[in-house]
Amino acid sequence: MTTAPALDSKQQAAVDAAQVAVQSRGYWTTVGGRIRDDKVTMVCGFVVLLIVFSAVFADLIALADPYKASMLKRLAEIGAPGYPLGADEMGRDMMTRLLYGGRLSLFMGISPIVIAFVIGGTLGLVAGFLGGRVNMAIMRVMDVFYAFPSVLLAVAISGALGAGIGNAIVSLTLVFIPPITRVTESVTTQVRSLDYVEAARASGARSLTIIRVHILSNVLGPVFIYATSLISVSIILASGLSFLGLGTEPPEPEWGLMLNTLRQSIYVNPWVAALPGVMIFFTSLSFNLLSDGLRSAMDVRL
Amino acid sequence: MLNYIIRRVLYVIPIGLGVTVLVFALVHMSPGDPLSAVVPPDAPEEMVQDLRKAYGFDKPLPVQYVTWLGRVLVGDLGVSVARGREVVEELRIAVPNTFILAAGGTLLGFTLGAILGGIAGFFQGRWIDKLATSIAITGVSVPHYWLGLVLVIVFSVEMNVLPSIGMGPGGSTAWEWDAEHMRHLVLPVITLAVIPMGLITRTVRATVAEILNQEFVQALHAKGLFQRQVLVHIVRNAAPTTLAVMGLQLGYLLGGSILVETVFQWPGTGSLLNSAIFERDLPLLQGTILVLAMFFVLLNLIVDILQSAIDPRMSRR
Repeated sequence: MTTAPALDSKQQAAVDAAQVAVQSRGYWTTVGGRIRDDKVTMVCGFVVLLIVFSAVFADLIALADPYKASMLKRLAEIGAPGYPLGADEMGRDMMTRLLYGGRLSLFMGISPIVIAFVIGGTLGLVAGFLGGRVNMAIMRVMDVFYAFPSVLLAVAISGALGAGIGNAIVSLTLVFIPPITRVTESVTTQVRSLDYVEAARASGARSLTIIRVHILSNVLGPVFIYATSLISVSIILASGLSFLGLGTEPPEPEWGLMLNTLRQSIYVNPWVAALPGVMIFFTSLSFNLLSDGLRSAMDVRL
Repeated sequence: MLNYIIRRVLYVIPIGLGVTVLVFALVHMSPGDPLSAVVPPDAPEEMVQDLRKAYGFDKPLPVQYVTWLGRVLVGDLGVSVARGREVVEELRIAVPNTFILAAGGTLLGFTLGAILGGIAGFFQGRWIDKLATSIAITGVSVPHYWLGLVLVIVFSVEMNVLPSIGMGPGGSTAWEWDAEHMRHLVLPVITLAVIPMGLITRTVRATVAEILNQEFVQALHAKGLFQRQVLVHIVRNAAPTTLAVMGLQLGYLLGGSILVETVFQWPGTGSLLNSAIFERDLPLLQGTILVLAMFFVLLNLIVDILQSAIDPRMSRR
């Protein structure tokens, strides 16, 4: 028994995906074909690539210096000469800062998921494979983390640790370890009892070999897809922490922090103030749709 | 079922203890001397030592934890360092304000989500399903603090029809059921409702679709029941899952309204957390987090028990 809510639909889908042990070439070809046929997923994949690309190569694309302030251009309108998307409250070029902002926002949103995937995946694998007391110990600790709504946990941890990019990443990682552990544990438990794992055990394979060869290959895929579905929330939360003044610190360009500092200017130039949020929104929407597409492409029941 | 309920209630004890350990650890993990908020940096060493003793900070951490837990159990959350008032008093003002916001958001989100999800589930694959699903995914992808800001821009800055900040006239911190307070409620509630709306739409859509495919629905049709009578059966079957999601959403909104409360400067628990963090007011921070987490634990408990009452299959889980 657990106090955590029953697996939600995304988590259940991940567990279901592992039910059928299909890791043949034919399976991946089918998945690839389905993704190519799915226009929405292809477009979202392209948008995600575009956002990542423009953040990574911001210094090549951007027209101006993201830190260069100008008293005269403060809160310039969208379309002002030389400032295609206007200027912020310090007169810095918005378009440049939005491009550069993607670096930190994406980094702070994605890295917690990557770290949580490694840690939570390992914990879940161990709990699911060993079962018994180890499972109890790991999963009950996760239940305690589940007793906190995710926003509260993130704010509580980074609030206690103080502002800073590193602390925000630590807090978000701790938010995402429990759900990933839970899904991995469910998937592993399911795969562990499949006939071919029993067969491998009966033929004398060592535990490590079984995990590496038989279990990992069937667990990684579904858990990976589940983890990608968390990226969108993570990006929103990461920028949310900066919005509260907890993540990034000025003058770094970061979408959430930009939204926070521009909030004071909504009576002067409201639409420039709203721009950073548009970036967060499109990024999170694209990741969400992309992950939905991947999931339905990998759903063997269809 | 009684057996299940008893086990479930008892399970709150270890989880509740775990939560207190985590909250205590969090606050003591924070860098810097916990006294720094109270003591001026140039205070004589002797005075610092005395204060350390008075607060109990000179004892080992496990001892401090047990002392703190003992006080928490009798409802003493300490005194806010920055405000000089009992943390319990602060919470007594803030929690109801947050609750109004969270309940409003959940209700609105639930109503919209149930309608959208129901329509989408019934007309699967049709354009109206695609529209409802798109609204749902937009709802879960939108950074709600930004949506709040956009609503303020549209309705307060540009159109000037709704107030942008606060809970009532003149910085009111006590809720009243009058028109002015209701006007202040509109934008934050809409903002908070988007996420539950998206999630509930998805849940209801999936549940309705699943039920429609089950044999008993076809049997009902075959028996010659009208569409409307079949609908009653479907609603009854979809209710447990949907109510569970709704109950949890209320908990998420209670604990997670800090971003929206910051946008609208709503005088609730989010604002308390915010000022506790930036004034390094550790007792207030500790108390607020603890109370919000405990609410969530209890809400989870209520949801589970209600669900097992509606749907006996649950208690065999």
